[in-house]
Amino acid sequence: MSDQDSSFQTDTLIAEDIDAYLEKHQHKTMLRFITCGSVDDGKSTLIGRLLYDAKMIFEDQLSALESDSKRVGTQGQDIDFALLVDGLAAEREQGITIDVAYRFFATENRKFIVADCPGHEQYTRNMVTGASTADLAVILIDARKGVLQQTRRHSYLCHLLGISNIVLAVNKMDLVDYDQATFDAIVEDYAAFAKEVGIDSFTAMPISGFKGDNITIAPSPNTPWYEGPALIQHLEAVEIANTAAQEGPFRMPVQWVNRPNLDYRGFSGQIASGSIKPGDTVRIVPAGKTSTIKSVTTFDGDLEEGIAGQSVTLTLADEVDCSRGDVISAADDPPEASDQFRATIVWMDETAMKPGRGYWLKLGSQMVTATVQQPEYEIDVNTLDHLAAKTLELNAIGVAEFATDRPITFEPYAKSRQLGGFILIDKFTNATVGAGMIDFSLRRAQNVHWQPTTINREDHASLKNQTPRVLWFTGLSGSGKSTIANEVEKQLALMNRHTFLLDGDNVRHGLNKDLGFTETDRIENIRRIGEVAKLMADAGLIVLTAFISPFRAERRMVRDMLPEGEFIEVFVDTPLEVAEARDVKGLYKKARSGELKNFTGIDSPYEAPEEPEIRVNTVDMTPVEAAEYIIRQILPLK
Amino acid sequence: MRNLTHLERLEAESIHIMREVVAEAEKPVMLYSVGKDSAVMLHLAKKAFYPSPPPFPLLHVDTTWKFKAMYDLREKSAEEAGMDLLIHQNPEAKERGVNPFDHGPLHTDMWKTEGLKQALDKYGFDAAFGGARRDEEKSRAKERVFSFRTATHGWNPKNQRPELWNLYNARKAKGESIRVFPLSNWTELDIWQYIHLENIEIVPLYYSAKRPTFEYEGGLFMADDIERIEKVLGHRPEITEKSIRFRTLGCFPLTGAVESEAATLPEIIQEMLLTTTSERQGRVIDKDGGDASMEKKKQEGYF
Repeated sequence: MSDQDSSFQTDTLIAEDIDAYLEKHQHKTMLRFITCGSVDDGKSTLIGRLLYDAKMIFEDQLSALESDSKRVGTQGQDIDFALLVDGLAAEREQGITIDVAYRFFATENRKFIVADCPGHEQYTRNMVTGASTADLAVILIDARKGVLQQTRRHSYLCHLLGISNIVLAVNKMDLVDYDQATFDAIVEDYAAFAKEVGIDSFTAMPISGFKGDNITIAPSPNTPWYEGPALIQHLEAVEIANTAAQEGPFRMPVQWVNRPNLDYRGFSGQIASGSIKPGDTVRIVPAGKTSTIKSVTTFDGDLEEGIAGQSVTLTLADEVDCSRGDVISAADDPPEASDQFRATIVWMDETAMKPGRGYWLKLGSQMVTATVQQPEYEIDVNTLDHLAAKTLELNAIGVAEFATDRPITFEPYAKSRQLGGFILIDKFTNATVGAGMIDFSLRRAQNVHWQPTTINREDHASLKNQTPRVLWFTGLSGSGKSTIANEVEKQLALMNRHTFLLDGDNVRHGLNKDLGFTETDRIENIRRIGEVAKLMADAGLIVLTAFISPFRAERRMVRDMLPEGEFIEVFVDTPLEVAEARDVKGLYKKARSGELKNFTGIDSPYEAPEEPEIRVNTVDMTPVEAAEYIIRQILPLK
Repeated sequence: MRNLTHLERLEAESIHIMREVVAEAEKPVMLYSVGKDSAVMLHLAKKAFYPSPPPFPLLHVDTTWKFKAMYDLREKSAEEAGMDLLIHQNPEAKERGVNPFDHGPLHTDMWKTEGLKQALDKYGFDAAFGGARRDEEKSRAKERVFSFRTATHGWNPKNQRPELWNLYNARKAKGESIRVFPLSNWTELDIWQYIHLENIEIVPLYYSAKRPTFEYEGGLFMADDIERIEKVLGHRPEITEKSIRFRTLGCFPLTGAVESEAATLPEIIQEMLLTTTSERQGRVIDKDGGDASMEKKKQEGYF
């Protein structure tokens, strides 16, 4: 590239012909990239340098920078660019969570958004967040140190998140006398394991963020041997993922149905891939109905063609069912829909992943309940080894199977970030606890079709002349669940109702005898009981269950399994002091002495129901009175 | 294939964010300050829901000390967008006559911070769009697009959610609310370019004109309502006519003017690009309490 190829803003054009400048700048494109490396690699210095060269630094900031550089800088009397972006260090001391800081600069041709992820402890979570929207990654290496373990980690994470443009920036070349042999050796080293990680190609460049070598113009006089582009030139030239997505098949997740009046019904969304024209045939997934595009509506008028990245509103020629969560797709090439798939998960929460628990899963505009299996393995991000794992802790990455409560429309992450990436949300804290990338659908979901039975659940129930119910008793140990449930069953039997009582005795000794009392096992215990209760309800029975079932999430999970209104939560609201004073089985005593671990109410929490259908207590009522009360609430049962 | 321009992509992203909020929140509102960022945000809202009008009202948390020209544009913009305009003035601040001259930081706290909390509680809004941008200041660089507030409007920096891809988690418990910043990835230059390109109407005070000015504690201010200023100051400041404009607009006694000849948008952008001081310098609000002051205000609930 030539020396005249000046990338950064030219004051002359701004001063002499602002209209020409504006015209030029209205046609800029936008590239998002991430920088990986620690402060020691000169990452902050590099970003500070880019902002400085792009004139994003104003005089007042610069004078503050100059005085700071002299006071606390590490570069002697020179300007310490790192101080421009290191405002976060102080925040770390104050205990503020630092994750990703976004910085902005522009050249004549492009606007750039830099995701800067400082910190080590939260590195995986932060890097994954920053990388999820990046088109390109700059992996920094200190020329004096060469390829380190963290280089491998950074490269793996960038590759995992689907970044195909990797820049290997060998920084601090000034400190190794701009030695070509040092540079070549590092590049060779890196090439070896890049392949191992799965990175097919990368661009390596020798730079100095501090001195400015090969940042805007290449080759720097200090590296006459370097034949590649300067960093900025490269950043300006690479293809943007968003543009590449136009080549894919058409997909648009519907965000919102636009109904200003009875005559207009539009479907609003951002086009994830491909392009769309009036007259194109589309398929609404998962329902599968097809229709024709009538218009591609925007505030600025109908478009002749909508392309990937644009937010538009589509109208269809036919009145078809379509709502938020559906994906409008190319009719001849629709995405898959499945309720079981395998995904790579990054865990992002202090509380470890709970296999078996239901989480909200958000993918595109779809929100479903998903349960995750025990991971097949965890990935050591430093060595890429596969480790055995029962769960995933904060910052762990693993591969696991998922099941959702209804089919979702998706694509493998490698094909589509928008339809292959999802987040997991805890149902009670509402925190975003994990991020996932779908590897593939498990064919099982498509192959195991429901066997359509001739005698359905309604037939079972009507034969018994009753309405199925699941009376789910929850409460502390010793609260009186089993006693009351037993009494309810007795009274229902007198009323000729067909019932079945599931309790610890008939479940723990058979179906669930392989389960212990860890949190994970307790979740699985409840899941199985829920499934059995559901089958029995399908058979037309009134099912009573009497388990502590301390977690809201699991009770919720069972509720979601059943048709609306069939799950009746019965909270046996006996205070801990009362239950402990009774201590029928002597368990509280053992728990208090430490002999018994994970005992609900003592060293394991009980999450009381917030809105149970029925609440009884055994302080003001006898078990018989409580049972009569419950039956009054659930009648007529026909 | 065609590359979308940076403004097209920013626009599409902001629209996506607004639609997500409308789809997932129960009762959203758009905070409208009548400044240039608000103008862009409102314009994007019109685009996001077209042909429907934006399905939420505008809320102006008023301090009674805004420029007259701002009040004029406020009514006009809401009407043109077909949106309801809600105006809230903190009754306590009104009663106690809180003003920027006598009360300094308390003025912002009472009128804006407390006023905003009151208004959100009064109407029960669970999501509020704001026009803040990440490039405004160091501490905002890491601000999320969806920022969560407790039922008492507290901002807990430790309790914010990671934002991946274009997936936003809008779930929250009863009483909690979200501030949403659809302009997070816009820079000041993007805002100006977009206003220029889309021909968006902004308060005339952004354009330079001859205006009556006075100096106060080293700053240059516009004599917008000189009777009122005189009443509070106890004397009439010396008025000089100068060619001035504003780079940001807040309460008129708190917003410093700059001397300028830039009377058109290209001239404003030109001046901005050649100027050498950062945008918020004209605003007195950041100066009390140093670098961390914006962070502190955020924790207290001021945006």
